[in-house]
Amino acid sequence: MDRAVTLPEFDTTVFYDPDEHEHAPGSSTLLGFWIYLMSDCLIFTVLFATYGVLGTSYAGGPTPSELFDLPLVALNTAMLLFSSITYGFAMLEARRRRVATTQLWLAVTGLFGAAFVGIELYEFAHLFHEGATPQTSAFLSAFYTLVATHGLHVTVGLIWLGVLMVQVGQRGIMPANQRRLACLSLFWHFLDVIWIGVFTFVYLLSTLR
Amino acid sequence: MSTIHTAAAHDGAHGTLRDYLIGFGLSVILTAIPFWLVMGDVLESKAVTGFVIMGFAAVQIVVHMIYFLHMNAESDEGWTLTALIFTIIVVAITLAGSLWVMHHLNVNMMPGMGPEAHAHAST
Repeated sequence: MDRAVTLPEFDTTVFYDPDEHEHAPGSSTLLGFWIYLMSDCLIFTVLFATYGVLGTSYAGGPTPSELFDLPLVALNTAMLLFSSITYGFAMLEARRRRVATTQLWLAVTGLFGAAFVGIELYEFAHLFHEGATPQTSAFLSAFYTLVATHGLHVTVGLIWLGVLMVQVGQRGIMPANQRRLACLSLFWHFLDVIWIGVFTFVYLLSTLR
Repeated sequence: MSTIHTAAAHDGAHGTLRDYLIGFGLSVILTAIPFWLVMGDVLESKAVTGFVIMGFAAVQIVVHMIYFLHMNAESDEGWTLTALIFTIIVVAITLAGSLWVMHHLNVNMMPGMGPEAHAHAST
């Protein structure tokens, strides 16, 4: 919209843009969502720092090499990595505006994500059974806080994924839904990046000690 | 004069099938090697293994950023990258600062007050 701007009568150079910029609806959503993810990254940073400080305070309780089941962690990592590429396939189909295949790939992503959360819950249940609860030691408190916060994020992502499948089914792949899919894409891949930090610093490095 | 931002302006932020496959392939390799190094006790020195797997994690994070999150200097006129660099700086200060300060607190703790002393007292 071109708006007439009343400038002072005298001849002077204007160093600002007198026109209001026009923004398509939602044009800044992705940047805003990215900035949210960066703030989320700081939450995880604090939890990683806490684990880094308390990760060796076993209080006479079990140590990481006694507790962690690395083949299970490797399986979990594979689940998350598979869900990342299947989400990528969903994005590619969404760009071609194919509703059915987009929903199919979203469903596959959801299954891998649910498998990840399921394996993590199984792991926690197993640890609890061995008496390794958050109350046991500072190491386990920090471990559960960090890993469960990540797991909670994945769970929220799964709910969001389900909602988007319904929305895509009802309204097709219009620009608003494409934008929503792009936001969840950032969220989902971001959680995979955080998991790289978790399996490296929490599981692998702690087992080495 | 008005600048119109459209969906087309975000086209740079989309990946192709090739991008996703390259990212996936690299991620599989960069994940498998650290697990193999730790589970198979491949290297003799644990310190070396530690540094190597941290290096693999750093590389894999960059791979994810490029091939899955489609980071580049152009998207949103560079503001996504600016926000990322700012975050990396804050993350580095927080992690390095916390570990450094708390390590020195532990080292300089009065004798008999450290966690080791408690462990001995309880046994």
